Amino acid sequence: MSTLEVSPAEPRSSESARRIINDFTIQVATVNGSGSQTANSVLMRSIFQMGIPVSGKNMFPSNIAGLPTWFTIRASRHGYIGRKKEVDFLIAMNPETAREDVMTLPPGAAVIYDEPLKLNSLRSDLHFYPAPFDKLVAPVCPEAKLRKLVRNMLYDGIIAFLLGIDMEEIRKALVKQFGQRKAKAATLNFGACQAGYDFAASNLPKTDPFSVERMNETAGKIIIDGNSAAAMGCMFAGVTVVTWYPITPSSSLVETLIGSLKRHRVDKETGKATYAVVQAEDELASIGMAIGAGWGGARSMTSTAGPGISLMSEFVGLGYYAEIPTVLFNVQRVGPSTGLPTRTAQGDLLSTALLSHGDTKHPMLFPCSPEECFSMAGEAFDLAERFQTPVFVMLDLDLGMNNWMSDAFEYPTKPLERGKVLSAEDLKRLGGFARYKDVDGDGVGYRTLPNTNHPGAAYFTRGSGHNEKAGYSEREDDYVNNMERLNRKFESIRGASLRPAVDTHPAAKIGLVYAGTSRYAVEESRDQIRKEYGIETSSLRLRAFPFTHELVDFIKGHDRVYVVDQNRDAQLLALMRLEFDPREIAKLHSIRYFGGLPLDARTISDEIVRQEGL
Amino acid sequence: MSTTLTPAPKKTNRIGLEVLSYKGGKTTLCAGCGHNSVSERLIEVFYEMGIEPWKVAKFSGIGCSSKSPAYFLNLAHGFNSVHGRMPAVATGAVLANRGIMGVGVTGDGDTASIGLGQFMHLLRRNLPLVYVIENNGVYGLTKGQFSATADLNSKMKTGVVNDLPPFDCCALALEWGATFVARTFSGDKKQLAAILKAAVSHNGLSVIDVISPCVTFNDHEGSTKSYSYMKDHEEPLHEIDFVPHFEDISVEIAEGEVQDVRMHDGSTLRLRKLDKSYNPTEKFDALGALNEAEKKGEVLTGVLYVNTEKPNFLDMLNMDDAPLATLPQSRVRPPKAALDELMEELR
Ligand SMILES: Cc1ncc(C[n+]2csc(CCOP(=O)(O)OP(=O)(O)O)c2C)c(N)n1
Ligand code: SF4
Ligand SMILES: [Mg+2]
Repeated sequence: MSTLEVSPAEPRSSESARRIINDFTIQVATVNGSGSQTANSVLMRSIFQMGIPVSGKNMFPSNIAGLPTWFTIRASRHGYIGRKKEVDFLIAMNPETAREDVMTLPPGAAVIYDEPLKLNSLRSDLHFYPAPFDKLVAPVCPEAKLRKLVRNMLYDGIIAFLLGIDMEEIRKALVKQFGQRKAKAATLNFGACQAGYDFAASNLPKTDPFSVERMNETAGKIIIDGNSAAAMGCMFAGVTVVTWYPITPSSSLVETLIGSLKRHRVDKETGKATYAVVQAEDELASIGMAIGAGWGGARSMTSTAGPGISLMSEFVGLGYYAEIPTVLFNVQRVGPSTGLPTRTAQGDLLSTALLSHGDTKHPMLFPCSPEECFSMAGEAFDLAERFQTPVFVMLDLDLGMNNWMSDAFEYPTKPLERGKVLSAEDLKRLGGFARYKDVDGDGVGYRTLPNTNHPGAAYFTRGSGHNEKAGYSEREDDYVNNMERLNRKFESIRGASLRPAVDTHPAAKIGLVYAGTSRYAVEESRDQIRKEYGIETSSLRLRAFPFTHELVDFIKGHDRVYVVDQNRDAQLLALMRLEFDPREIAKLHSIRYFGGLPLDARTISDEIVRQEGL
Repeated sequence: MSTTLTPAPKKTNRIGLEVLSYKGGKTTLCAGCGHNSVSERLIEVFYEMGIEPWKVAKFSGIGCSSKSPAYFLNLAHGFNSVHGRMPAVATGAVLANRGIMGVGVTGDGDTASIGLGQFMHLLRRNLPLVYVIENNGVYGLTKGQFSATADLNSKMKTGVVNDLPPFDCCALALEWGATFVARTFSGDKKQLAAILKAAVSHNGLSVIDVISPCVTFNDHEGSTKSYSYMKDHEEPLHEIDFVPHFEDISVEIAEGEVQDVRMHDGSTLRLRKLDKSYNPTEKFDALGALNEAEKKGEVLTGVLYVNTEKPNFLDMLNMDDAPLATLPQSRVRPPKAALDELMEELR
């Protein structure tokens, strides 16, 4: 390859001496639809297989093909898996964004790029590694129409050489990716990868400081996205009716679930399904079906994102008033209509908590990881049936669609909690029942299912106007009593609510409160504040709404509490305002990020430093 | 004709229940409202068919019509849901609990305006459900605005003239894949009852458009959904006899031109033809007849179309024979080995 014009920047001597091991971020800049997904997940997986904590985040446009997309892989020996703003290693495959991508790199970063882009002339403080992708791919991929896809594997090979990733791990990751049935595809891709590796080995002298070294931090762990984890959780929670309408970022939850159900929930003997999945005509219908199914006795669910939640509003209110169990997954994304629907946010907290008209409020669960997506899915069905009400599981795009390193899921041992349902035998014994009577003092009445073989089983379901026996009523006292009972029920839900994860430091005056994926940025930020300013902090990760006394105690125990929100209007803080008294509220301060990317630690640290006047 | 084929109502029906077991709450609709007659027929039909009322589930949207499930079959579960979206609720409930016999009651506003989309998709899915549209050409409950089934140039009570053409729910149902379509009149007791019985015996969705006059807002001169308009313009396609599966069909000797349709449950729908060229198993005959009637200014009633072949939604989903709602944990939570296998694949 002596004809190549290889021109890496002169490494600065200090940098070549300094080695940075297992602590860097790689960013792959490509064009949407160019098939880089395989190369990116194989790269991530091979680092993971070397025992190094790793996370991957896809920043993609709302587009099928043609617009720029970035995939970042962060390796962190400290176990930080939140987003890091600075990119250390850029793989510039998109001519459109290459210039800007290069210009925003911090000094000392490295760039692998397609040679014709001639990026090395842009800056002198970076490590440039040009490679002639088109020339390299032709000999390893004779079939011209596959080249666009296979080409991406070249950069895996190049970076494998530069970082010291074991090629055997890449081969294993490819086999995993393609499975036994597509062994040929794995071989073809590995060939390209090897070509990239060989080219780099003989043409690209390493000048950057980054490298990997084997660790033992990922043994037994899995890589999975939150949506797939939630889907698995639903299947093991015995879901029976699934209704949905496609929407990013929630579609893959149901799509994965459909695959799992086909595999594990079709009776081997009869060939019949123990579930029903309906792709509805819209979210007005998908929630209506889920509510109808919950009423009919199924473990029902639907999955959507903000726009769907808005459409579901009326039905969810009916579900609350008529006391019908169902589970809704809200994989949150940025705002309405076109623009940033493929970017992450936690912007539906307030609207979901109070969704619908009249006095309505709903339990929500906030998973932060695939494990919690799995376990909370089960929790949600139990809560819904136990308390006869719609329950929301609040993911966000970052959690739902990105790949996460996770502990393996634990098989649920708790039996399914089907709630207070009277059978024909119960009715025979009791002589009858009053649907909305608070027999047990927990605000939860007994219900019956249609098709219960007893003349006393039936009751009539409607919205706001009914008495204890489910008879039609517009009486003031009936309405008030019923609404008070619903409040008692909400307090019972609070009693059963998942407790927050609390980490208090005895010396800490500052506390951080947050939910869901904010976890990773907050944990790293607390380390930054400790290391850089010698200040200890406490933290409380909310796992559910309604909030429990632990949160009040936490606020009482600290001078200032920063509530971290991934939205503009401090919605998590606003929810706390609804529930607490002014003394506690006065201690609350807000840290907000709403730019559409996964939250990063530095953003939080900078805000704490600013507001604390450090 | 149902009343002559079924033995005169004794004290109890074939499963030993009195008609009282099929009654509902006292109606709160206006005296004379067509919807009340439909409720009465439903009581009679379920009684005469000898169906256990607790196997029935009643669904409705919002409207005067949608209130009526409270006025028949008190021993059946009922769900008065949201405006225009009863199809979704019924779909979910039937999927959850396939043992129920679903009966939906809706209005022309509920079905042809806010709920038009759900109506279309319900047809597409052929959910086993009796779907009764109580069609009065107005929004009764919100006090008399025109609905989308109001005829062109028909007059509101205030004299306002409707300047938009109507949707014909039967024609639309035929276009969108219906397997049972009928039109009838709340004042025609015999025909309405016979059609409801056939609908109950149908294995799929049965759409019944019942012209059901609103005496308060749409029963005046100039209305095309009034009692007097229907008396003058109703044009029955055939006379309908319904012979339930539990009765001996050979007892009745048919005269004239008769077409029998064998229903899923073994019942027979016997149509005594008034118009020789009509075949209710031919979709295009039905559409043609509706078109013809419209030109002549007639309201064609009877069973317009029956298709007993098409699979229903439950068949299409290949669902377990047992209701999903009551499947035990052992059948809905896969074993630990399944999770272990999935975990291994992700390592
Ligand atoms: C979402 C929503 N919009 C509007 C209404 C008000 N509303 C109640 S009943 C009705 C029309 C009912 O008309 P129809 O279905 O023909 O029933 P009818 O009363 O004529 O039997 C309307 C618009 C409502 N209940 N919900
Ligand atoms: S307003 Fe019309 S539709 Fe409503 S109950 Fe009265 S007559 Fe019937
Ligand atoms: Mg109407």
